[in-house]
Amino acid sequence: MLAMNYRGPQRVRIDHKPMPEILHPEDAIVRVTRSCICGSDLHLYNGNVPDTRVGTTFGHEFVGIVEEVGPEVHNVKVGDHVLVPFNIACGRCHFCQQGLYGNCHESNPEATAVGGIFGYSHTAGGYHGGQAEYVRVPYANFGPTVIPEGMDLDDAVMLTDVVPTAYQAAEMGGIQPGDTVVVFGAGPVGIMAARCSWLFGAGRVIIIDHVEYRLEFAKNYAHCEAYNFKEMDDVVLFLKKETDWMGADVVIDAVGAEAAGDAMQTITGRKMLLQAGSATALHWAINSVKKGGIVSIVGVYGPTGNLIPIGNVVNKGLTIRANQASVKKHLPRLIEHIQNGILNPKGLITHRVPLEEISDAYRIFSDKLDNCIKPVLIPPRAA
Amino acid sequence: METTIAPVNAKNPDFKNIPGWGIDADPKNDPTYPMKDRTDAEQTGYSWERPAQQPVNIEVLHSNERPNVSAVFGTASPPSGLSGQIRRYAFQYSESKFRHWLPLIVADRVNVVEGIVEDIRNGKIPNFFAEKGYKAMWKHNPKGLATNIAITVGVATLAYLWLSGGRNRSRD
Repeated sequence: MLAMNYRGPQRVRIDHKPMPEILHPEDAIVRVTRSCICGSDLHLYNGNVPDTRVGTTFGHEFVGIVEEVGPEVHNVKVGDHVLVPFNIACGRCHFCQQGLYGNCHESNPEATAVGGIFGYSHTAGGYHGGQAEYVRVPYANFGPTVIPEGMDLDDAVMLTDVVPTAYQAAEMGGIQPGDTVVVFGAGPVGIMAARCSWLFGAGRVIIIDHVEYRLEFAKNYAHCEAYNFKEMDDVVLFLKKETDWMGADVVIDAVGAEAAGDAMQTITGRKMLLQAGSATALHWAINSVKKGGIVSIVGVYGPTGNLIPIGNVVNKGLTIRANQASVKKHLPRLIEHIQNGILNPKGLITHRVPLEEISDAYRIFSDKLDNCIKPVLIPPRAA
Repeated sequence: METTIAPVNAKNPDFKNIPGWGIDADPKNDPTYPMKDRTDAEQTGYSWERPAQQPVNIEVLHSNERPNVSAVFGTASPPSGLSGQIRRYAFQYSESKFRHWLPLIVADRVNVVEGIVEDIRNGKIPNFFAEKGYKAMWKHNPKGLATNIAITVGVATLAYLWLSGGRNRSRD
């Protein structure tokens, strides 16, 4: 089968690899019909996530048709077209019982902080991902969800990560009616988080980025205000002025480890990897939220330490909430929103690329070329 | 007369006898975990009914912050070669240590060189231009591509001059 093959920082290619096999009684093999490149894949692509081993296949956003099931799989059957949450979750451990599916304790031997994630380094369990023709899906009784009849596959694939992550970002913000919400990062998750903030009753939504075409897109798609931090002397000061010198009620960090905008963070976090990535967006979030406000973090950071202004967190009395999205938990509500026309996830997709051209797709997405917001990969046997 | 309460610990978990225990508890006052379903069975430790264990027939490095290998795991790229040795060293330390994470980053870089050697050994010359997506960059950002290539050539030239100068010095 064809599958993406990571060869080193900013070097990926498509190769023939062995077909995945059933390795556990609750496994399924899924033939991929759509997969995406996620903004967080770029942290892997750039070599910023420890224990990203050469030879692995990335891809945690995919949908596909069940081709084979293990002897203990009862909830999906061969031929079902399923969307597969990016979290690999058993559904029965201490954390899954509390709905923390992103923190499953039975899917990742290599680290305890995070559960297993498809195609996201050995730090997230060492699984091959869905940027391939076929993929092994563990715990098939729990994760894979049959795509509702009539749902567009492009909408379905966005339900595997982007939409639930964005929705949870807004939910963790504890947004109250009328609140001012600032979102750092106008990538797919940031734009969708801005859109979802309205669902929780926000009164004003502001998005901050430095790429003009993304800001334009966000303005139209998420009906929010959009500002370019490169046009400001000081983004925190700008936001204070914009919020009547108080700060935002809620700030969402949808950027994570590769934030631009601060030389010291870029050198120590992105280039030298002495921090868990550049914490620029997190600094801005902590400093621009109002006292007593809430900072919600869904941007992905590496596992080592970060230089963050914790003193300001204490002195301002902030609440910080953060997690990988527990996709399965949000699916019923989000499917309802899509079916009712409240959310239009496929509207974020700008590029459809054959799986065979994955090297170019990564470059276009990574370098923000050709006005790219979200690329979808189509395997040759997708139909 | 004041009642004497034995210290509460793992052997004596009888915290409910502490005066005032739970007096201000309000199950609804739980604003900080909107993503979490509260249950009546919190803090029950490692007591769930574990799924069947995936056979461990490859080398799986597991965090020393857990007693076992998780019931399922990925088999993408088992540790091998020099990078594998570095990874084995890293996994002696907990996830709270730089001694865990920094060696893993070093191992990743070593692994890249191993990958090139492996390719060549298998008769495949890596196509850096294609693997780096430079075709797309040429189409959409030729100036950026030219800059990238100029920097790479510049660094390689400097490295060559430095190394060859070193050899000359050693001959002197």
